Amino acid sequence: MLEAIGVPSIEALFERQIPEGVRLRRPLGLPDGRSEQDVYAHLRELARKNVSAEDELSFLGAGMYDHYVPALVDMLMERSEFLTPYTPYQPEISQGGLQVMFEYQTAISELTALPVSNASVYEGPSAVAAAGYLAKLHNGGRRFVVSAGLHPHSIETLRTQAHGYGMEVVEVPLRDGVTDPEAWAGAMDAETSAAIFAQPNFYGAVEDAAALSAAAKEASKASFGGDGAGFGRPGEPIVIAQVDPITLGILEPPGECGVDVAVGEGQPLGNRLDFGGPSFGFFAAREEYLRRMPGRIAGETTDVDGRRGFVLTLQTREQHIRREKATSNICTAQALNALGGVVYLTWLGRRGIVELGELLLARTHYARETLSVLEGVEPLHSQPVIREFALRLDADVAEVKRRCAAAGINPGVDIQALTGREEDRGGLLVAITEQRSRADIDRLAEVLGATVAAVGRQGHTARTAESTSAAVPA
Amino acid sequence: MTPPVTELPLQRERARTIFEKGASGRRAFMCPELDVPQVNGEALPERFRRKEPPRLPEVSEPEIVRHYVGLSKRNFDLDSGFYPLGSCTMKHNPRLHERVAALPGHARLHPLQDPARAQGALELMWNLQAALAEIAGLPHVSLQPSAGSHGELAGVLLTRAYHEAKGEHRHKVLTPDTSHGTNPATVTMAGLEVVKVATNPDGGVDLEDLRAKTDSDVACLMLTNPNTLGLFDQNIQEIAAIVHEVGATLYYDGANLNAVMGLSRPGDMGFDIVHFNLHKSFTQPHGGGGPGSGPIAVSDRIAPFLPRPLVVRDDDGAFDLDFGRAGAESKSIGRLRGFQGNYGCFVRSYAYICSLGGDGLRDASETAVLNANYLLARLREKGVAEHLPLAYGELCLHEFVLSGGPMKKTLGLKTLDLAKRLLDFGFHPPTVYFPLLVDEALMVEPTETETKETLDAFADAIAEILREAAEEGPEIARNAPYTTPVRRLDEVGAAKNPVIRQALS
Amino acid sequence: MAEANYPQDLLYHPEHDWARIDPAGEGGSDFIATLGITWYAQDALGEVVFFDPPAVGTTLVKDEPYAEVESVKAVSDVLAPLSGEIVEVNGDLAGDPGAINEDPYGEGWLVKIRIAEPAEREALLDADAYSATLGG
Repeated sequence: MLEAIGVPSIEALFERQIPEGVRLRRPLGLPDGRSEQDVYAHLRELARKNVSAEDELSFLGAGMYDHYVPALVDMLMERSEFLTPYTPYQPEISQGGLQVMFEYQTAISELTALPVSNASVYEGPSAVAAAGYLAKLHNGGRRFVVSAGLHPHSIETLRTQAHGYGMEVVEVPLRDGVTDPEAWAGAMDAETSAAIFAQPNFYGAVEDAAALSAAAKEASKASFGGDGAGFGRPGEPIVIAQVDPITLGILEPPGECGVDVAVGEGQPLGNRLDFGGPSFGFFAAREEYLRRMPGRIAGETTDVDGRRGFVLTLQTREQHIRREKATSNICTAQALNALGGVVYLTWLGRRGIVELGELLLARTHYARETLSVLEGVEPLHSQPVIREFALRLDADVAEVKRRCAAAGINPGVDIQALTGREEDRGGLLVAITEQRSRADIDRLAEVLGATVAAVGRQGHTARTAESTSAAVPA
Repeated sequence: MTPPVTELPLQRERARTIFEKGASGRRAFMCPELDVPQVNGEALPERFRRKEPPRLPEVSEPEIVRHYVGLSKRNFDLDSGFYPLGSCTMKHNPRLHERVAALPGHARLHPLQDPARAQGALELMWNLQAALAEIAGLPHVSLQPSAGSHGELAGVLLTRAYHEAKGEHRHKVLTPDTSHGTNPATVTMAGLEVVKVATNPDGGVDLEDLRAKTDSDVACLMLTNPNTLGLFDQNIQEIAAIVHEVGATLYYDGANLNAVMGLSRPGDMGFDIVHFNLHKSFTQPHGGGGPGSGPIAVSDRIAPFLPRPLVVRDDDGAFDLDFGRAGAESKSIGRLRGFQGNYGCFVRSYAYICSLGGDGLRDASETAVLNANYLLARLREKGVAEHLPLAYGELCLHEFVLSGGPMKKTLGLKTLDLAKRLLDFGFHPPTVYFPLLVDEALMVEPTETETKETLDAFADAIAEILREAAEEGPEIARNAPYTTPVRRLDEVGAAKNPVIRQALS
Repeated sequence: MAEANYPQDLLYHPEHDWARIDPAGEGGSDFIATLGITWYAQDALGEVVFFDPPAVGTTLVKDEPYAEVESVKAVSDVLAPLSGEIVEVNGDLAGDPGAINEDPYGEGWLVKIRIAEPAEREALLDADAYSATLGG
């Protein structure tokens, strides 16, 4: 080969092309390579140092959930033809992947009741930020109004990105567990580019989505006049909702609630927990935003012989042609994860998604009722819940969790640790999936009840002692 | 090769979506039994309830399997054939990685698990960070960004934060005119302005143009080295000096890292911020477009601004996640996404790095460069060069760019037609029409995991297609492909009248 | 339209936009110009797939973009060769923007404006001067 190239050695290829001053003249400071067997052993050892949903009874949620993933999803996601191809830029040899995208887009459109969906974006919180960017490009407003019920990671991601393109983010508080309607309406003005809330919200509560959407549009109409920005487009705020896809079998979909753009975390649909990723984010919108959608979109067409086929379309919106004017810089669809999503939805089917929703509703309701009667435990709010609910414990949450862990149970997410909000002190977010049976919930109640009582007593004793003595260790 | 006259079986099979299959009442999912009391109307008030279920398919498991396995057969993939896509680094995806990623200790680990009970995951991330830092020559790493372009956004936001912390508001980002389309889009999203820098006749950055455009309003220069032409910029140290002199940062797009692992390090070249594409050099499978992962490595001065959370290690060796909330006000740019990043990709890339080790990674880059130069030499030999010459330079690193301009004039054959005809030969074509700087560009990157036999076969196919055009005219290629499940598709029609979902009654 | 063509009766902006001034309104308050993109622009774009005109009443500023023309290959800004207020838009292009390629100076017109500053005409090129800028 070297002869064909016309150089004496491989080193010569580098000598002639890379200046000596930037050549690395020592080996990389990394451990030596290992055999497959050894690498497997090492990765298995690392896996053993993790306590997964396989190892404990877990009620962790807050954005990602331990749903049952059927075997056929794994099988399909591991097939070479879905696992290893590149983005379908040569559509003639990518009809499999393109049709999967088309079917996925259809499924998301059905779930959300919005006509237009892309082929997926990275994940939930960055999908919210991408929706914000769409609003900014569309109407040139200066601020985002967001409900405090939006997932904390979504709010943080939105803030990080919004700082980049100069938008203000204004948070509206909750009242009784849902977005405060007066504060929400009061926050809208002529400069509001988008109004964003979550459904169900981060604390598990079902919001009155239709009312929130209507209020956002009404309030801004009052103060708005003249053309906003861009090429003569009006400046009404775009209503964005981050929705939980698994609830859309029984919950009124965003498209029927006046929502313009619906986004969300797709992990509950056939994807693993994987310590937070990869998964996919879904992104659906009203027809008029089609040409502002970020990411990839598969479209139907025909070939020269009249055969039905699919292609990536509206690519001019994307980074590689529009460059500075791109609707986003996203050039990946989470194609493999979206495949998992659409196969899962197909597996659930029209009846299954409703049945699953009803089951989650019943079990979640039961769990909240059962846990709420425990001493030192009360619900954070009494709004309708579907798959997750928030409690307030009269005990240190971290300590309660430590003790539950010893009993093989993870009772839920420490809310304050996630939100950093003072009012969330003592908060525990409990998630229910179809893998958590009644017996599991009863066991949770048993252990949580005992633990809260023990830790609560201890805490109470410590507080009493503190008030009577100068220094008592906590 | 004569195009077939009759339809091939895969062509005869017409596309039907899963929504057009099945029948009422069919199902795959069996819902677990309701083992708790039924809820009454109060649990979820009627006005919040969905009136009509979503019109998902009603199909059985065998139908689902047959449908999607059938679709898989209409897909070309890396396990099946060669993908010489420039700047994509389509190297083999070792199957061990799927096995380890599927271990429940990794796959079923919840992202909000207490760090004390996720020590394996945090150790893996810590080790991966250390390895990437060593490869880049920059000590501080964040694994959070989800893809290359996401890592770029992080890089630009970091640059902004760095300047803002000094009380400066700079507006411009310089990028070469050969840069990947993602860079300008990213810059705009970060609220800055793109200024293009010219390329010199050798394919590197035009130093004079760079000097003229580099002033105190420049925040950053975004480069990849080697660049998209597969050429290492000989002036990189000077470029770094020019940029640093005005206090701007130098950003490295890691798309072409496969050429230099263990041979040259971006940190040593003078870069402040590097992003990696785990789905390129580090074998995360492309999955038909994603998922990917785009970690970043930065210098000391940029480190305070890294996204949170960060993986940290305390004195007793225990790992933890630092969210930057405790104590002093954090300078971090904040979050770019939920949770910690694409851990599933970390597992695979880490397994790859463990398998190869330092010497193995250098070996991979050496072989990648060898393969690219060999393929280039073969393409010259066969008389291909007069129709499809190399656009810049003599040698290349891991990829090279040919120009189809001469071929268009002499044979009436466009790069697009060559690409479509290659499909009939069982190869995925190289990247076409990029970089924009080269007329009728064809960007070729073979990677190190291809054999000499495959490279020879590819060169032969190109030569054959050119010969066919010369002797029989360009019409054959213009109407290619002939043997794929569908033939050339009407992309204009798809854009004019977008149909992006299955219509349902 | 297959071959390059730059009608003599039009004025041209170097960024490949044309204006047809209606002489009837000269000196009055309803001085109308029809605007569009040139043969060169539509050829560079390739087949146009989408054009979404701005609303009637929108104010155009000379040299500023006022709309976008989208093809499969690229999206291009359309620049205003003259300042003015839009009085009419070509609604036929909504269904099929193909006229922009086939008849860029006729059926492919984009908008009509009421000219605000007639003196701005001085800055525009005639057909020969514009063709010269396109090179050989």
